Amino acid sequence: MCVDVQAPNAGVRPRLRQGEDQRRESGRPRRTWLSLWLHGSLWRMAGRVKWVTDIEKSVLINNFEKRGWVQVSENEDWNFYWMSVQTIRNVFSVETGYRLADDQIVNHFPNHYELTRKDLMVKNIKRYRKELEKEGSPLAEKDDNGKYLYLDFVPVTYMLPADYSLFVEEFRKSPSSTWIMKPCGKAQGRGIFLINKLSQIKKWSRDSKTSSFVSQSTKEAYVISLYINNPLLIGGRKFDLRLYVLVSTYRPLRCYMYKLGFCRFCTVRYTPSTSELDNMFVHLTNVAIQKHGEDYNHIHGGKWTVSNLRLYLESTRGREVTSKLFDEIHWIIVQSLKAVAPVMNNDKHCFECYGYDIIIDDKLKPWLIEVNASPSLTSSTANDRILKYNLINDTLNIAVPNGEVPDCKWNKSPPREVLGNYEILLESPPRRSVRSCGFLTQESVQ
Amino acid sequence: MLQEESDLSLIIAQIVQKLKGSNLYAQLERQAWASLQRPEIKLESLKEDIKEFFKITGWEKKLQNAVYSELSVFPLPSHPAAPPEHLKEPFLYMRKALGSWEKRILKSLNSMCTELSIPLARKRPVAEQKELLNKWNEMGTDEPDLSLFRPVYAPKDFLEVLINLRNPNYENGDPLSFRTHLGLIQVPLKVKDIPELKEYFVELGLNTGQLGIDDSTQVPPELFENEHVRIGQKVLAEQDSAAAQQYIRQGSPTALRAELWALILNISGQPEDILYYEQLKTNVIQYDLLVDRLTYKDVKLTASNDDYYFVFEDYLYQVLLCFSRDTSVLGHFAYNCASPPKSYIRGKIGLEEYAVFYPPNGVIPFHGFSMYVAPLCFLYHEPYKLYQIFREMYVRFFFRLHSISSHPSGIVSLCLLFESLLQTYLPQLFYHLREIGAQPLRISFKWMARAFSGYLATDQLLLLWDRILGYNSLEILAVLAAAVFAFRAVNLMEVTSLAAAEAVLADISTLKVMPLLQIFLFATVT
Repeated sequence: MCVDVQAPNAGVRPRLRQGEDQRRESGRPRRTWLSLWLHGSLWRMAGRVKWVTDIEKSVLINNFEKRGWVQVSENEDWNFYWMSVQTIRNVFSVETGYRLADDQIVNHFPNHYELTRKDLMVKNIKRYRKELEKEGSPLAEKDDNGKYLYLDFVPVTYMLPADYSLFVEEFRKSPSSTWIMKPCGKAQGRGIFLINKLSQIKKWSRDSKTSSFVSQSTKEAYVISLYINNPLLIGGRKFDLRLYVLVSTYRPLRCYMYKLGFCRFCTVRYTPSTSELDNMFVHLTNVAIQKHGEDYNHIHGGKWTVSNLRLYLESTRGREVTSKLFDEIHWIIVQSLKAVAPVMNNDKHCFECYGYDIIIDDKLKPWLIEVNASPSLTSSTANDRILKYNLINDTLNIAVPNGEVPDCKWNKSPPREVLGNYEILLESPPRRSVRSCGFLTQESVQ
Repeated sequence: MLQEESDLSLIIAQIVQKLKGSNLYAQLERQAWASLQRPEIKLESLKEDIKEFFKITGWEKKLQNAVYSELSVFPLPSHPAAPPEHLKEPFLYMRKALGSWEKRILKSLNSMCTELSIPLARKRPVAEQKELLNKWNEMGTDEPDLSLFRPVYAPKDFLEVLINLRNPNYENGDPLSFRTHLGLIQVPLKVKDIPELKEYFVELGLNTGQLGIDDSTQVPPELFENEHVRIGQKVLAEQDSAAAQQYIRQGSPTALRAELWALILNISGQPEDILYYEQLKTNVIQYDLLVDRLTYKDVKLTASNDDYYFVFEDYLYQVLLCFSRDTSVLGHFAYNCASPPKSYIRGKIGLEEYAVFYPPNGVIPFHGFSMYVAPLCFLYHEPYKLYQIFREMYVRFFFRLHSISSHPSGIVSLCLLFESLLQTYLPQLFYHLREIGAQPLRISFKWMARAFSGYLATDQLLLLWDRILGYNSLEILAVLAAAVFAFRAVNLMEVTSLAAAEAVLADISTLKVMPLLQIFLFATVT
């Protein structure tokens, strides 16, 4: 519904006082009750947030409607646009892009792909590490084998076909290792496969030998990472963690982690056996894949809450190692965001809610697998729907303060009460009051 | 005075008799012989020196733990002339009811067996044995056709039997008065009221720190949690069962729980235990039992669909199939008035020489049985350890939840305790529910029969089971059930049918157990 009304007294609500004579002094008759009501309600709607989305998911739409926001189309004057990654490309592209007004907010950063594309993420992290090393920061300390002590959280990764020869060198060092091939631009586990022989990726070697003037189409670009073949197993099954992280601004970095993440289990028992390398039900935890498995259960959806994981690990492994694990996970998330912060276009109209995928190996070391810009809002079970609904609710509470028409110049420092199930990962500069996440004291004093 | 002394010496004699056959006795003997080499053992004061040696090396503690363990299931003192059945269950009408219930179950099992023409037990062909051995760790992927199998009984069938229990010596013809019990259970057993419960559960009081309340994020850990953890570590270092049992009344820290439970149940990881488990496993591989199908069906229907326990499906088979074959479980029938079902070798019905207990452990699984094991998977991930803990929990506690007896922790007493708490302290609610045909016990029975497994969130369930171990009693289940009703009383007063009442109480997975118990026992005006 299109609303286009000039409020007569901006900021002042028209009010009728009880019993007051509405006749104006000039003697003109007062407006009818109906027209006053219409005028008032139209005015009130002008103060409401106007939203658009191109993702038709109930968890989103229900949240907008419960706030009394008004749906508009994208050609109209909108305040809040929850867009897919294709649309954000158009908004900020050189040809088709347009300037966003002060009262417009979108849910992606213009160049989010610096973090969410598998190859760029690795590139940025590698660059970040080298920079820290150059400035002699203690964070970049290495051990005797040349491995980073604190920043080794991404499995060894190469871009193909560009780094093919580097990869071959590494592969030959440990020929019995398994590697995982992932297309850079795809999601939901599509196009992923495992290899343990060079012959399986011959295709990418041919390209690298051709002239360097051949432009590589981004569709064919792959990353190849060392496969974590010793994942932590629970009940004999492999699982990964999905955590949601909200970033309201990159410089200064303010990020929040959703406390209610979940684990996604494979329906089939894990085996590192080479005969099962093709069995995606053993290796890939994406729900999009697992739900086609024979044993997929629609009641629990193969998902566990992170608090279940915590209870299990504390009970079987002890409190210290479990706390250390979760601290490391927080650390990884913050470091990955810091790595891309310098190259991110910190547009003040933007915020973003990322889906982090993390795998824990059997030594209780967490590994960052990838970051998703558009985490799935499809609900596979009833609990899932509730979780995602609450996730969007808390996200909107932080990104659009008070549910009112936004002003992108606000200080992006939400009061504690609106955090909901989010907890502060990092908020620089620090709040004056006591912070809930005290272990990152190094950063807080920057 | 004299009577007490002779009672005590009788108890001591019985326990010594029991322990003499145990592994611990052999170990103590060995240790005593070995200690003779030591310089501090002198011939003149041999007895004292060996005792001292045992004390220092911790063997005395182990003996203490074993004695304590035996005492926890020891029958209550009784008349010396009482026949053995009386010791297990003094009331004749209960024994009779139990007997006919058992006949019913066995009949149902036998008829299923004849209908489907599957033998109660058979030896597996070698090829099948090999296959099962290969699949031992992933029996969950097996999809045998179980559609023709029905669970032998479900908790609600059992409830009907309990409702019909009557004491023929008790004339209930009095006119209705405020003393009349309006619930479903109509047997006159003694149950505690709130003042007695307050005394019994004194460690759950408002002034005592509790895990489940005083460890929440708003409370600084220095106030209670840190000290409690420290004490827990000390208790574990001392390896004292009795101290652990006292300690755990205030809840167990998550990281210490697995060890504390093992200490209280007196389970240590001896190599003999691992061997015993392996023997049971071999038994499973070689022989197929009809009850295995029931186990499979139960797991598939309950634990596999549970948000918390689906991950551990394979472990459940590994534990329950072995459990059915474990004849040492028959030992609990010494204090359980139930009798293990008997079956006869083919063609020899009625001939006692050919009678065998079926299943070998004397326990026929019913719908929901696997939920007793599932929460333990959060604590123990080695199958043999998991198995031992479960077996001990069963022979100490869980068997009482599906057997008819007058024991204060028996299911009949729990039901009666629940109903009388509700009728005495929430009379308006109780009367209202009764009027609309929603007797509260019909809703809460399934919670108590499963010890709340599958209804509460796992961390809350474990806190509840901490207290079961701590007080060596299941009465807390009835108190919690009443506390849940008290908590949802406002909503329940508005319902007008059993279905609506069930809906109000359908999801209790968000409830926090300890605050509910504390409020009900200590903060409600009585």
